[in-house]
Amino acid sequence: MSHIPEFHTIVVRVENKAGVLARIAGLFSRRGFNIESLAVAPTDDDRFSRITIVVDVASTSIDQVVKQLDKLINVLEIRELDPETSVERELMMTTLSAPTPEARREIIDLVQIFDAQVLNVGFDQLMVSLVGSQRRLDDFEALLSRFGIIEIQRTGKIALSELAKVEPTES
Amino acid sequence: MQINGAQAVLKALEHEGVETVFGMPGGAILPVYDPLIESSIRHILVRHEQGAGHMASGYAHATGKPGVAIVTSGPAATNMVTALLDAMMDSIPMVCITGQVALPAIGTDAFQEADTTGITMSATKHNYLVTKVEDIPQVIHDAFHLATTGRPGPVLVDIPKDLVLPDAVFEWYEPTGHDLPGYNPKTEGDPASIAEASKMIMAAKRPVIYSGGGILRSRAADELRTLAEMTDIPVVTTLMNRGGFPDDHELNLGMPGMHGNYTAVMAMQEADLLIALGARFDDRVTGARDKFAPDAKVIHVDIDPAELGKVRFAHVPIAGDAKSIITEMIKEIEKLGGADGQPDRDAWRQTLSGWQEKYPLVYGDHEPGKLLKPQFVIEKLAEACPPDTILCSGVGQHQMWASQYWTFNHPYTWINSGGLGTMGYSIPAAVGAKAGMPDRMVWAVDGDGCFQMTSQELITAAVEHIPVKVAILNNSWLGMVRQWQELFYDERFSETHFGSEIPNYKMWAEAMGCVGFRVDSPEEVVPTIQKANEINDRPVVIDFRTQAEENVYPMVPAGASNSEVLVDPSQRDADSSGETS
Ligand SMILES: Cc1ncc(C[n+]2csc(CCOP(=O)(O)OP(=O)(O)O)c2C)c(N)n1
Repeated sequence: MSHIPEFHTIVVRVENKAGVLARIAGLFSRRGFNIESLAVAPTDDDRFSRITIVVDVASTSIDQVVKQLDKLINVLEIRELDPETSVERELMMTTLSAPTPEARREIIDLVQIFDAQVLNVGFDQLMVSLVGSQRRLDDFEALLSRFGIIEIQRTGKIALSELAKVEPTES
Repeated sequence: MQINGAQAVLKALEHEGVETVFGMPGGAILPVYDPLIESSIRHILVRHEQGAGHMASGYAHATGKPGVAIVTSGPAATNMVTALLDAMMDSIPMVCITGQVALPAIGTDAFQEADTTGITMSATKHNYLVTKVEDIPQVIHDAFHLATTGRPGPVLVDIPKDLVLPDAVFEWYEPTGHDLPGYNPKTEGDPASIAEASKMIMAAKRPVIYSGGGILRSRAADELRTLAEMTDIPVVTTLMNRGGFPDDHELNLGMPGMHGNYTAVMAMQEADLLIALGARFDDRVTGARDKFAPDAKVIHVDIDPAELGKVRFAHVPIAGDAKSIITEMIKEIEKLGGADGQPDRDAWRQTLSGWQEKYPLVYGDHEPGKLLKPQFVIEKLAEACPPDTILCSGVGQHQMWASQYWTFNHPYTWINSGGLGTMGYSIPAAVGAKAGMPDRMVWAVDGDGCFQMTSQELITAAVEHIPVKVAILNNSWLGMVRQWQELFYDERFSETHFGSEIPNYKMWAEAMGCVGFRVDSPEEVVPTIQKANEINDRPVVIDFRTQAEENVYPMVPAGASNSEVLVDPSQRDADSSGETS
């Protein structure tokens, strides 16, 4: 049976202590939860870190993922982000083969169209980066692939809730 | 007051009310053992660290207080892993202190270094590696809080040696609160859900209370009884809740599950409402999950929200402490008219009593020239002991017979390894229980296989004057495995025969400072138990020679539906294959 993944994004606020990431990774592996990507960094308050996890919930219930995470003593808060109402970003860096002036020009055209950046230039290679939604990064990656991707690194996505567009009315 | 880290560890334990600890010293923890000489804490020196862990667990089971073990680094910490996971699976409050190599040596593969927090991460509710001496009081205070609140469990505190050396001093303080911003277990149940559950209970035609170990952890046996009596709803008591509802109560259907009473198994299977109180739908209870209790709606009460809906969908999930939730439920049901407001459940009652009559627990009579019936031994033992006797068990056939044939009428009289099924649990658990409850009679029912795993703790018991009693149901086999091979592997007995000549258990017991008996015939059973019960100055071991061919019934084969429960061969219809439906 082929596995059709179903991704959910959860944002976890944790205590910024040694071993917390190992606890989360250990929990996911022993409960058979699948991590698609994971991004972690301290928050404005350096006692806490924020972890954005993209989980494949095709074969496990998101409810169990959230409840099991919540049992970890160092976890303070878990939020599931709805893709409809959240703003997501991911960073990609890639080194491309660009041995000819034509190849360089075409790559630079794509960089301009996508609002990406050239980070470094070699005699036969270019290093570019793009920040955007996962979907946009996927498209950019697909278009670049014919030039020959030497190396590529994506960060996994981070996300925040969308902001309210109207002031809530008093009730 | 300036004190050093070692003194702080003991002071912190004393501060938590610890009276007894189980452990063994070694390099990294040595500094903590030095001030122990002056401490009020009783230290019980074990023969193997796993024993210390199970003793702490038995102590916690029997007393309700957290059990404490102290061991050194490396191999001692890894010896503790089984006991930690055992306590984790059965939600036993335990605190384990391990020594660790000095901070600068961590990560260098130093002598007796083990990544203890890494290794025990999934075997503990939480664990700590202490990195500053002044953190010791706070961490130990938090560890006890975590171990004993919410869903109880084992907590490990790993302390590097340089933090407990005499020159590692700091200003002692008594922690005022907890440093646990991510931990706030919910104990009160949601009132709307409790009201809804109560309405469902009042409307059910075939309800069953499915009571689990959470009843004992939450000390809710009285509340459970009130609820059952006021609604006249039958109760099944899981392996972890034997004693949490009296066996001689007419509403008690006994133990459900793989080796449960026929009536308990079938009552759950045919119920229209399961009221799960502190139980977790373990696979040994449900059998094949997709065929379990097909018509039942589920009310599920558990302190751990992650249990709700984990295995079985709950129509009314209620997270919180069983005692408080049952109390609220009782009030709610009273408001709804109590027993009078319920439908007529005569048909259900008749179905149940019909099953009870047709399929009681049975075993055959003694066969002349053959060895003892193990069930007979347990029955006689139960009759000869005071009703508040604490019974501990190992894992295997003897465990199931002990659960089936002992009559548990008091909470906290049954101590066994349910979730992990740890062979060798009984003797150390019994030592721990007796250390905590010295005035109670404590028996361990053990298999010969289990006995050979942890019996060295009888030396601990003899030396420390902890007179536990051990009944070995010695069938000369790894009996439970033998049973599976007989039934499911075509009687191909691969590596399960232990032999009946070696060891000589009577001599072994005597060598360990215990009194040893051997019993071969049914006439000797009661007199020997009586002799054992009169001995109070030493541990006693009775080697009961039991019949190897005896199997545990009823039995739901692994992976089968509970409806396919196999009853005792003598109860099977001549024309059926042994299944009752
Ligand atoms: C530590 C451990 N190892 C192996 C097992 C698998 N196992 C379960 S029951 C059993 C046999 C137990 O034999 P014994 O103690 O003689 O008890 P009996 O079943 O004969 O009553 C075994 C090997 C286990 N549960 N625990």
